[in-house]
Amino acid sequence: MSELLSVHKLATCFHSRRGIIRAVDEVSFSIAAGETLALVGESGSGKSVTAASILRLISAPGRIEGGEILFQGQDLLKLGTAAIRQIRGNRIAMIFQEPLSAFNPVQSIGTQIVEAIRLHRKVSRKQAFEQAVTLLERMGIPSPAQRVHEFPHRLSGGMRQRAMIAMALSCEPDLLIADEPTTALDVTTQAQILELLKELQAANGMGMLLITHDLGMVAETAHRAAVMYAGRVVEEGSIDRLFTAARHPYTAGLLASVNIEALAPGTKLPEIPGSAPSLLNPVQGCAFAERCNARHALCDKQTPPLATDTEPESFPGSRHRVACFLPARPDAIPLPVESEAA
Amino acid sequence: MSSSHFPTVLKFLRRRLWLAVPVIAGIAILNFLILQLAPGDVVDVLAGEAGAATPEYMAQLRTEFGLDRPIYVQLVFYLKSVFTLDLGFSFRQNMPVLTLILDRLPATLLLMLTAMGIALVAGLALGVISSLYVHRWADRLIAVFVLITYALPTFWLGLMAIVLFSGRLGWLPSGNMTDISADYTGLTYAWDVTRHAILPAATLATFYLAVYAKLVRTAMLESYGADFIRTARAKGATETRITLFHALRNALLPLLTMLGLQVSSILSGAVLVESVFSWPGLGRLAFESILARDLNLLLGILLFSSVVVTLINICVDAVYAFLDPRIELQH
Repeated sequence: MSELLSVHKLATCFHSRRGIIRAVDEVSFSIAAGETLALVGESGSGKSVTAASILRLISAPGRIEGGEILFQGQDLLKLGTAAIRQIRGNRIAMIFQEPLSAFNPVQSIGTQIVEAIRLHRKVSRKQAFEQAVTLLERMGIPSPAQRVHEFPHRLSGGMRQRAMIAMALSCEPDLLIADEPTTALDVTTQAQILELLKELQAANGMGMLLITHDLGMVAETAHRAAVMYAGRVVEEGSIDRLFTAARHPYTAGLLASVNIEALAPGTKLPEIPGSAPSLLNPVQGCAFAERCNARHALCDKQTPPLATDTEPESFPGSRHRVACFLPARPDAIPLPVESEAA
Repeated sequence: MSSSHFPTVLKFLRRRLWLAVPVIAGIAILNFLILQLAPGDVVDVLAGEAGAATPEYMAQLRTEFGLDRPIYVQLVFYLKSVFTLDLGFSFRQNMPVLTLILDRLPATLLLMLTAMGIALVAGLALGVISSLYVHRWADRLIAVFVLITYALPTFWLGLMAIVLFSGRLGWLPSGNMTDISADYTGLTYAWDVTRHAILPAATLATFYLAVYAKLVRTAMLESYGADFIRTARAKGATETRITLFHALRNALLPLLTMLGLQVSSILSGAVLVESVFSWPGLGRLAFESILARDLNLLLGILLFSSVVVTLINICVDAVYAFLDPRIELQH
């Protein structure tokens, strides 16, 4: 598979008065055309900062301090401001978590979609408006010719997110970054939006970076997933392998915490003890060591690199990477594949 | 922006105008009662200026002017005449109050609107520049400038402006609205009035300019942190576009609120500035009427001012609904 996007050793830091926060450190992953990679992790693990770094949307006091982001062979970090603007919204589009605040409250959604089109295409305002109506229709918005004149606050949450997706897809991007696209929506609407994203991807073959902390959604939508913890990718692999044979203790813990259907009523729910470390003063060694039950002397001395898994594979052809000195044996953690909708 | 938008505006205006009637009536009653508390009346002043007046003559004048009747009778008469749009007669100036006011109103409106225009444009520009260069030298320079203009008393600033621009430099006239010695018409007249208006309008504008600059800076900085600005960036919009079409557009809303609240204080600020620059407006007329205890005229001016302020506030509310679609006029 040819790589559409390849992120290599990305590092993004925030310079605060109390010190440097390494929000994203040595993050590497790649996405092929037509593929969906899910970036999973808890709040503050660096998922959204990674996404924003791809389009260079990090503003002061944040700064991208290293690595490369190759998009169709071009390093986005080396582009000038005019060149990166040509990529934004055109070749790479983004949708956001909260569609109400992500739309400008004082402009109609039509005006905002027209702006997105006319920033990159030389079409008249009238043509762009017609395109906006067509896009809204494709997203399944009823009576789009009227809705296009509505202001964001007049639409329901699901409609707003559909309009946001319409705006993102207006220039037919090759890559869509979806930053928690369904977090602010109710469960039925979540399923509809996910279905819509999958359909659109199948139709135009774009790559997708899906950022979420919802493992059910990952199982439903993504082909591969990268698990982030404390600003680093700790495990990456195909969905079926990751969900059945997780190697990193953190991934295993995450999966155990959502697989609660087999538990008898009244039993305590499984959890990972402790809490995520502060990124302000990174500890030496593995960031997860404090909470890990397989902690080892080496874990406190060195940060385990993200390396290709050397265990004999029962999943031929799938590349699996894990950042752990003592990865769990694949057969040691029996976990059923999560297949229910979110 | 539906087809029923225009009637909505008309309905809104009709309702607001009806609501304004009790407000203005209340103001008229309060004005009347409060002014009764001030010692002395127009007869005292007239008698004082005449040098010698017998108590009989003064009593006769009071009967003539209706000042000898009980206050509540005077109030009823006053309200009755107000509702028939008759503002009474200025015994001091020997002219109907309405004529006097209408004669002076254009000058005050010109001064007020020019000052508001200057304050808005300069405040917006300074606020936007501050927010673009936040915590850099341009921002700090503007902060110092704004602090000075905010802190200086308007009348003192006016006097200093006269000393510098009229006295030392001789660039601009020091007072009045037109050059009395010349008889201009058409464009030259307009230019003459403009030259006379610059100093008083700029003086009146300084305080509000400072407030608006601070307000716009804060609103812009808040806007820049908003999610929709990030969306605009992710769409590939240029920074200029983001500043003007997204951030500034949203920053206008608090500015408009402040503007509506301050219309009345701009009007009262005009009194001072008109006195300093001998600008022939309502403010100076009000000042003169207080000195002369010319109650009818003063009440007329106060009533007229409250009508102007109320009308401008209704306009501001209508514009607000236009700028921010989240505000619906019928609520």
